[in-house]
Amino acid sequence: MSEKLMLQVEGLTFRYEDMEMVFDLTVEQGACLAVLGPSGAGKSTLLSLIAGFDKPLAGRVVIGGADVTEWKPAERPVTSLFQEHNLFAHLNAGENVGLGLDPGLRLDSAHWAAVAEALARVGLEGLEKRRPAQLSGGQRQRVALARSLVRKRPLLLLDEPFSALDPGLRLEMLDLVRQLQRERGLTVVLVSHNPHDALRVAGQSAFLHAGRVLAAGPTRALLEAAGPPELRAFLGPDPL
Amino acid sequence: MPWWLPAGIALALVAAVVGGALTALGLAAPGLDLAGNLGDAYLWRVVRFTLFQATLSTLLSVALAIPVARALARRRFPGRGLLLRLFSLSLVIPTIVAIFGIAAVHGRTGWVNDLSELLGLGRTHYLYGLTGILIGHVFFNMPFIARILLQAVEAVPPETWRVASQYGLRSRDIFRLIEWPAMRTVLPGAAGLVFMLCFTSFAVVLTLGGGPKATTLEVAVYQALRFDFDLGRAVALALVQLGLCGAIVLAVLQLAVPGSMTLTEGRIYERPDRGGRLGRSIDTLAIVVALALVVLPLAAVAVAGFNPKTFEVLIDPRLWRAVGQSLVIALSAGVIALLLGGAVLVSSRILRHRLGRPGAAGRLELCASLILVVPPFVLATGLFVLLRPVADVFALGMPLVILVNALMALPFVVRFLGGPMMEEAQRHDRLCQSLGIGGWNRLRLVEWPNLRRPAALALAVAATLSLGDLGVVALFGSQDFATLPLLLYQAMGGFRMGEAAVVAAVLSLLCLALFLTIEWGLGGLKRRAHV
Repeated sequence: MSEKLMLQVEGLTFRYEDMEMVFDLTVEQGACLAVLGPSGAGKSTLLSLIAGFDKPLAGRVVIGGADVTEWKPAERPVTSLFQEHNLFAHLNAGENVGLGLDPGLRLDSAHWAAVAEALARVGLEGLEKRRPAQLSGGQRQRVALARSLVRKRPLLLLDEPFSALDPGLRLEMLDLVRQLQRERGLTVVLVSHNPHDALRVAGQSAFLHAGRVLAAGPTRALLEAAGPPELRAFLGPDPL
Repeated sequence: MPWWLPAGIALALVAAVVGGALTALGLAAPGLDLAGNLGDAYLWRVVRFTLFQATLSTLLSVALAIPVARALARRRFPGRGLLLRLFSLSLVIPTIVAIFGIAAVHGRTGWVNDLSELLGLGRTHYLYGLTGILIGHVFFNMPFIARILLQAVEAVPPETWRVASQYGLRSRDIFRLIEWPAMRTVLPGAAGLVFMLCFTSFAVVLTLGGGPKATTLEVAVYQALRFDFDLGRAVALALVQLGLCGAIVLAVLQLAVPGSMTLTEGRIYERPDRGGRLGRSIDTLAIVVALALVVLPLAAVAVAGFNPKTFEVLIDPRLWRAVGQSLVIALSAGVIALLLGGAVLVSSRILRHRLGRPGAAGRLELCASLILVVPPFVLATGLFVLLRPVADVFALGMPLVILVNALMALPFVVRFLGGPMMEEAQRHDRLCQSLGIGGWNRLRLVEWPNLRRPAALALAVAATLSLGDLGVVALFGSQDFATLPLLLYQAMGGFRMGEAAVVAAVLSLLCLALFLTIEWGLGGLKRRAHV
């Protein structure tokens, strides 16, 4: 059973100010899980705990069968995409991607070829020399995606990286993520406050409220069933 | 590397120096007639005057800064940007140079008296004494407060001005309802800091105080050590100074000290109170007063630099030796301050961003600023007492001056570098952690490109402050060891004003050159694009 699970979060406990959060969830290998919930529910905290930026008070994180709770962020088999500041503003697109291959940016020609290929894969062919300031918001997130590709970590954590983009562009980026996920067999955890994002890319969804997973299951079923009142309040009166 | 190591080492070094000096004072105390000195009427007269002049200086600076800030906030006039720039210079311009400028304007042979004589009113003595101290302190502190108040007013959101226009608020309503509340949040902190600076002021009181009647604790310590060789009195004065200073710093720390030291951008929002004739007259008056107080002395320095003595002074080897010694002091003190401050910030940044303890990080940064509790002359007196049995203290003049200057510059480094370092971590720390960019790689690829500018600015400020400082060097100076500020002080003390004017000009130019060289050399000429 556990061979097929990419991510297990067990009793992962964290305290932020007065709020105690305890998370439990699992994600199968190659699946995409959407984590939904209102602001302040603990969605980003959950991703920070999985990535290792924050230390839990109790519980454990198991990725690919290995207990990584005590591992440093860079050692974990995960790559994170944040809402902003994914790139170093003083480095160009190619160098930003190159950091995924070597954190000291000591790259040989094969490495640079891999960088070019990754940029081409996300639709930014030939833009290696551009600085982040010369790229649009969507292009910057594509560069970050390209970096996650060269880094080759099986688990991709997306913390609302597209929510600041225009609706059409956001859907385009979500589709790109879905393609890459299938192509490379990635496991994806996507944090969002938009149920439409979940319906578009995620087979499974979990609903967070006040630091707890209140409901989880196949996305469509979860969103259409008469779930807990907090979930109904989150979704609002209009049907999806 | 444990997170506390860099700050631990830096603060341990600071604590060793400060602790050594204070322990020496404490141990020396029993052997000296402290009780006699503490019961002396002279000491308490000095204490009273110190507090009196600091209070008066602060009140005057605030009273002038409010209308000046208001005028700058709502008027656009030619030279406004330059005036703001000069205002921000008042913190880094060498005190003694400004004092020379003030003497050139207000002294017996100064511009004001020239004008008075021209009008048939004759010449008057008004500079030396309390008046001189107040003019000096207002010169340095009024622009500082005005700039902070201006920033506070400029931070008022544009919507507020639109509402004010729509509802037809009058000038006095705007002041009462918008400007004063904005100013009130920063004023106590700014005024507290100014009180503190005036309380420990040395050069202004030494040169413009004009005698024993107008002496502050800081100057009295110097006189006791340098002229009377009365160690008992010096230690008694230093201990009183330390106690009062500690109380003031603790009180000031309770107030929110405005954090940002950046140049104001000079934005002016559309606001409804520019039309009134009365308002326009008041603003004009405020700006004219500001110009007279701040710009005239600076202009006097520039004008007086070229005189019949210029060539003679410029070929004097003593001048060039002082230039060399001043630069060594400035650069050494600056680099030491930068290293100490940087080390403290490295630790506080980890506390703030990785361990999620911003409160503890703030307290750690505060430790570096606590050096303000120990005025330079108390520190110098302590080191004097500590080293006197083992070495010729005057032979150690240069290292001691470097050490004291470095410690005094430490709070500035923490202040200038702290914001950018925390911002850098905010942007990049998680990214670096997730990509495994650490140690040398992080320094080379991330920190250096992003922090070289603020680090250069911090170093430039620390070095320039040390270059222009007339403080403990007055105590340790000798035939073989004199900085430019000390030469200038000696020339002014001997009423060799022509010579003083040249030294003042050389010192000003050197400060400017040092500042720009560091800022451009280390910080890089190009401003890089940021997202």
